[in-house]
Amino acid sequence: MSDAALRGGTPPGVRWRLRGLSRGFPKPSALPGFGITFGFAITYLSLIVLIPLAVLVARAADLGLDGIWRVATTPRVLAALEVSFFISAAAALVNAVFGTIVAWVLVRYDFPGKRLLDAAVDLPFALPTAVAGIALAALYATNGWIGSLFAPFDIKIAFTPLGILVALIFIGLPFVVRTVQPVLQDLDRDVEEASATLGATRAQTVLRVVLPALAPALLTGVAMAFARAVGEYGSVIFIAGNMPFVSEIAPLLIVTRLEEFDYAGAAAIATIMLALAFVTLLAINALQSFSRRRFGHA
Amino acid sequence: MTIRQSLLAATAITVAFMTVIVAARAQTTSQEVVLTNVSYDPTRELYRALNDAFAKEWQASTGQKVTIRTSHGGSGKQARSVIDGLEADVVTLALAGDIDAIARESKRLPADWQKRLPNNSSPYTSTIVFVVRKGNPKGIKDWPDLAKQGVAVVTPNPKTSGGARWNYLAAWAYELDRTRNVKEGGDQAAARKFVEAIYKNVPVLDTGARGATTTFAQRAVGDVFISWENEAFLIQQEFGADKFDIVVPPFSILAEPPVSLVDHVVDKRGTRKVAEAYLGFLYSPAAQKIIAHNFYRPSKPEAADPADLARFPKIQLVSIDQVFGGWTKAQTEHFADGGVFDQIYKPTGKAATR
Repeated sequence: MSDAALRGGTPPGVRWRLRGLSRGFPKPSALPGFGITFGFAITYLSLIVLIPLAVLVARAADLGLDGIWRVATTPRVLAALEVSFFISAAAALVNAVFGTIVAWVLVRYDFPGKRLLDAAVDLPFALPTAVAGIALAALYATNGWIGSLFAPFDIKIAFTPLGILVALIFIGLPFVVRTVQPVLQDLDRDVEEASATLGATRAQTVLRVVLPALAPALLTGVAMAFARAVGEYGSVIFIAGNMPFVSEIAPLLIVTRLEEFDYAGAAAIATIMLALAFVTLLAINALQSFSRRRFGHA
Repeated sequence: MTIRQSLLAATAITVAFMTVIVAARAQTTSQEVVLTNVSYDPTRELYRALNDAFAKEWQASTGQKVTIRTSHGGSGKQARSVIDGLEADVVTLALAGDIDAIARESKRLPADWQKRLPNNSSPYTSTIVFVVRKGNPKGIKDWPDLAKQGVAVVTPNPKTSGGARWNYLAAWAYELDRTRNVKEGGDQAAARKFVEAIYKNVPVLDTGARGATTTFAQRAVGDVFISWENEAFLIQQEFGADKFDIVVPPFSILAEPPVSLVDHVVDKRGTRKVAEAYLGFLYSPAAQKIIAHNFYRPSKPEAADPADLARFPKIQLVSIDQVFGGWTKAQTEHFADGGVFDQIYKPTGKAATR
């Protein structure tokens, strides 16, 4: 976005979209096959995503809007939502920093075992999350390898909110690395060299040349890591301690409701989580399209 | 290799794998009957032994091969799977309340299921005891010791774990019994305070009994672990008697984990005969012997090995029906949403539980 746009002018992309909205569909593409692929896309999305989510909302609707609101605003649920969303955000941010560094190392340097390390990044995807949770709890408990290092300072990791953070960082890492890595790979080194020849310091080059180019991909990665973390259950319950108001995550409350055969209540909490996650992702998406336009990766 | 070649190779390998798996499965499913037993967490070892014994007996008497698949998990979660459609021929859960829920929610078995087999449909019973670290450093002997300050107690969340409900109710029943002289039937308010004090000492609420066992035994969290008696013995066996002691309180609760047919499923699958025989077998002398050997209290002790029986100390035991008026009542009063257990945890509890 240019400075003029910041002062209030509408950038071209937005104008196009506004026009598109007002006219329903934009002009048919010159590319053939729109009808059939669009049909497939919508059917597929409906079967896999939209219909299940609609059923969820319908279940919750049994309670009525005020019923959902009552469930949402009980202190216990509020506390759990706070734990889930804040710790997920924190984990996503940690991953934003360290995931980018990992991607950088994997793209820019050659070292023995690089392939192996590269492959290892995907492991959190493949590992059953319960296994991850148990392994992390074993490591970070006060008698575990890592936990015992912190124990003398009276820092407990497993069975506290810190434990949740560790688990969520673990499951979120691949999202950031795998979205940043390809962009970094495609990034022209010439640009960095040009920046250097024009007198920029290393810090300036990284902050003003490399990072802006990575921003859209990084945001995508962070958004995915965050979304995954919010919904994560398996690994967290083994390391969280699950104390109400302290380290109880919202998905656990949903499971608890299900144990009580209270399907509507469970669906209500799930709907609230869904709405919150949707709003957050929408905000990140907006931020992303902003940075795309700003840094010219449209 | 070109991309195309490697794609081909990958596809070939995948297909080969799938073929092997499918072939292996096909072999096991021919010429035999398969029963699905949906059970709860700590019965893994027990049913492994019982299933083998029953399969042998069934083949000897009928010539038919029977395979029993037993699935384990938190009792409430298992009940929900059955309600949601898991095709269980028999259910063997931690408490009658969970099978009641199946009858109520899914109508797959009659409401009076518990009257169909002897001993409230419980071929074995158990009770709730304490596991402490070797030498019992905190000197834990009885229920009041769990409510003392500075004692960390490990027990799972009663809302997600059937076993934990027994733990909770045992503590409640203890305090009622203690205050019986003060008040007719015991002092409910005192019992509530007592249970609250115990849960203030709980640093980790696992979702299931096995998770809590791991927390206590492997993560070294807590001074005392409230546990099924059978699980307590298993911990000693698994981790070594030199690490943990079992403390049996003088008073506890009679835990009756019941079993039942799921009528709807056995009729649909045509497995009623073998499923009935399976449940009947649980009451047979051979099974009762296995049960006692696996640390459950047999309903027919005369069939068991006296050496196995000697491991069960005499305790004063009270039943849910006596003290709480049955599971349905206990469930709604204590464990339903907003019930007594939920009230223990208040936002102000934050500082206390840290």
